[in-house]
Amino acid sequence: MSSQTPQQAPYYYVPAPSTYPITGSVALFLFALGSVLTMNKLAGGPYVLGAGLLVLFYMMFSWFGKVAHESEAGLYSKRVGLSFRWSMGWFIFSEVMFFAAFFGALFYARVLAMPDLASLENQALLWPNANAVWPNAGPAYDGDPFTPMGAWGIPAINTLLLLTSGVTLTWAHHGLLHNRRGQLKLGLFLTIALGVVFLALQVYEYMHAYSELNVKLTTGIFGSVFYMLTGFHGFHVTIGATMLIVILCRVFAGHFTPDNHFAFEAVAWYWHFVDVVWLLLFVVVYWI
Amino acid sequence: MAAIPGGADHAHDHGHDHHPGGIMRWVTTTNHKDIGSMYLWFSFAMFIVGGIMALVIRAELFQPGLQVVDPDRFNQMTTLHGLIMVFGAIMPAFVGFANWMIPLMIGASDMAFARMNNWSFWLLPPAAILLTTSLLVPGGAAASGWTLYPPLTVQMGIGMDMAIFAVHILGISSIMGSINIVTTILNMRAPGMTLMKMPLFCWTWLITAYLVIAVMPVLAGAVTMILTDRHFGTSFFNAAGGGDPVLYQHIFWFFGHPEVYIIAIPAFGVVSQVIPAFSRKPLFGYASMVYATSSIAILSFIVWAHHMYTVGMPVAGQLYFMFATMLIAVPTGVKVFNWVATMWRGSLSFETPMLFSIGFLFLFTLGGFSGLVLSMTAVDVQLHDSYYVVAHFHYVMVAGALFSAYAGAYYWLPKWTGHMYDEKLGKLHFWLSIIFFNMTFFVQHFLGLAGMPRRIPDYSLQFAEFNMISSIGAFGFGLSQLVFLVVVLKCLKGGEKAPAKPWDGAEGLEWTVPSPAPHHTFETPPVLK
Repeated sequence: MSSQTPQQAPYYYVPAPSTYPITGSVALFLFALGSVLTMNKLAGGPYVLGAGLLVLFYMMFSWFGKVAHESEAGLYSKRVGLSFRWSMGWFIFSEVMFFAAFFGALFYARVLAMPDLASLENQALLWPNANAVWPNAGPAYDGDPFTPMGAWGIPAINTLLLLTSGVTLTWAHHGLLHNRRGQLKLGLFLTIALGVVFLALQVYEYMHAYSELNVKLTTGIFGSVFYMLTGFHGFHVTIGATMLIVILCRVFAGHFTPDNHFAFEAVAWYWHFVDVVWLLLFVVVYWI
Repeated sequence: MAAIPGGADHAHDHGHDHHPGGIMRWVTTTNHKDIGSMYLWFSFAMFIVGGIMALVIRAELFQPGLQVVDPDRFNQMTTLHGLIMVFGAIMPAFVGFANWMIPLMIGASDMAFARMNNWSFWLLPPAAILLTTSLLVPGGAAASGWTLYPPLTVQMGIGMDMAIFAVHILGISSIMGSINIVTTILNMRAPGMTLMKMPLFCWTWLITAYLVIAVMPVLAGAVTMILTDRHFGTSFFNAAGGGDPVLYQHIFWFFGHPEVYIIAIPAFGVVSQVIPAFSRKPLFGYASMVYATSSIAILSFIVWAHHMYTVGMPVAGQLYFMFATMLIAVPTGVKVFNWVATMWRGSLSFETPMLFSIGFLFLFTLGGFSGLVLSMTAVDVQLHDSYYVVAHFHYVMVAGALFSAYAGAYYWLPKWTGHMYDEKLGKLHFWLSIIFFNMTFFVQHFLGLAGMPRRIPDYSLQFAEFNMISSIGAFGFGLSQLVFLVVVLKCLKGGEKAPAKPWDGAEGLEWTVPSPAPHHTFETPPVLK
């Protein structure tokens, strides 16, 4: 690893044949099949799903481990590093578009569908009680009344947590750039801690919403967009925090130098992206 | 490892670099040429599977009444035919071309991420298994049409879930493949190969890959919402819960319209390579081709609701989408005129790739014109969901994308296999294809104008003759494609040895390496002057 003297990097490293991809394909196939079986309450579903996830984790662990090893062995030239940077940028762009679909759904439901459903025609013919007041659970909602999550409680605290974590991560990056490993480790640790506290508060908020505020996944369009947007965001924070933990472990293993630390940068970009998504969420899901 | 300069000195560091043989060679390969070949073979296999489904549809429609399949199976056939042809046949075919040719065209040693490239391919078979085996589960496959509109899709059985997960896996595959292509083109061009010196095929793929990365995640979001509506009680597409089925249509077509160009733009790229080669002239208006292709890509994001004129849209919305759609005819016209101008006063010869390109030029333009007809709201309200629409998009997808894929395949077969293909059989394949294609689909314009709805297994008696002609044409077309298989197999087995540059008018780095292209090429990049 880092103790090894880096050899002259090839012009462009092309890896040898590999079994990681096919392992990943088997994993995703099992994951898909298991999900289908589980959702339709068929026998064996959870086992197939679990097996798929296990194989997937195994594959990611070995594949990413291999990439880290190759990087530390000095196989990646500057040009390979540039490829990584381009691809991470495009990957984040694809994530932006994924979230855009759900933000679009929220916009459409609030601005177009809700007023239309509460129009006089619909009130006269279908749903006399339809109204156009957001949060809205739909004209036919007959569950118990629900209270939306206020913006200035936990969500505001969470906003502060994530914004602070962006600062600590940048501080850690400066530590790395100036070879102050202590600052790097502390900054990373603080970022991970803030992320974990954020997730814990989200879990607490979900429990609060389900048991006291009566906001559920089945609470019409409001519950749908609320849980879909915050849920996918929370999932991304989980991925980001996991990646930060991996980076911290690699820092402890002596990886990264001031001029060669793409993995750190990539995770930092991802973390900032997740941060920005939260700011949007905070405004359009909780606040307005 | 071959990519390491002075490989002999370093060979001992890479003792693990064994290259497995047999099937494992293909399963584990990180070579762009191997992966390109696998994409092409997979695509042809899926083309046969999807084609058989089309023939089931045409067999049922041979006569009025119900003869071959029951209506539910019929709907499953139309749905899977669409999904398999779009995601399993046409898209992988062009990704196969991209894998094989882009590194050769820009002087790169391989794709930017060779292992991920392998994964992009090997995610396709699991998705294909999910899609095809869904025919066997209780309730059968998804029967909603390839657009997967709710509320139908919210109500269907387990086959629908399999289709949703198949779409997810295909999405992961094509996003990874496209990130790979974009990165390769942006970062791995040989010194001196500026963006505006790239072969146009690379340009079209750069733009296509951008479209894929932008819209496949949106489709993933849309089908995820269907999945949660089906199983977790959400109300995205349920009006009673405050959602709207039309919301799905907006999200789907925000993906779906750029998807049309994801299929068409690489086809433009192939034709832009072939026509100059057989006209023995450089491509007319290279820069305008680049700008026109980019304009088409950008416009494709803002025209989606022309698929939805009949859902109940404000007139202002209909007018906007109508005019925005018509605008696309301008850059498309630029391209068509550039191809014609490339041929103008050229020293033309008509080998099979050129024949397919000219077939493309005529018939794709015809498909573009029927698209303009459909872009007019007032007309579309009549023609929506009729056979006119079916005829229109098959002119674009079959005579457009498929013919161009054939042009590319014949053009590059000598480079891939090292042998010339059988020109007589190639020409036979072209003439059979173009005659039967028009026999199948031209009459469908008349059926649509006369009011025959699509996706219905039975029809009223006055449509009988044209349907019979169309069905005979479809079977003829299907069987003619086996000629292509024979050509390829013969070409693999032997035939006249191909020189490095078998086409005297062809230009580009790919013709500077021997035929067949060696396993590793451009390990140190060529320098362009």
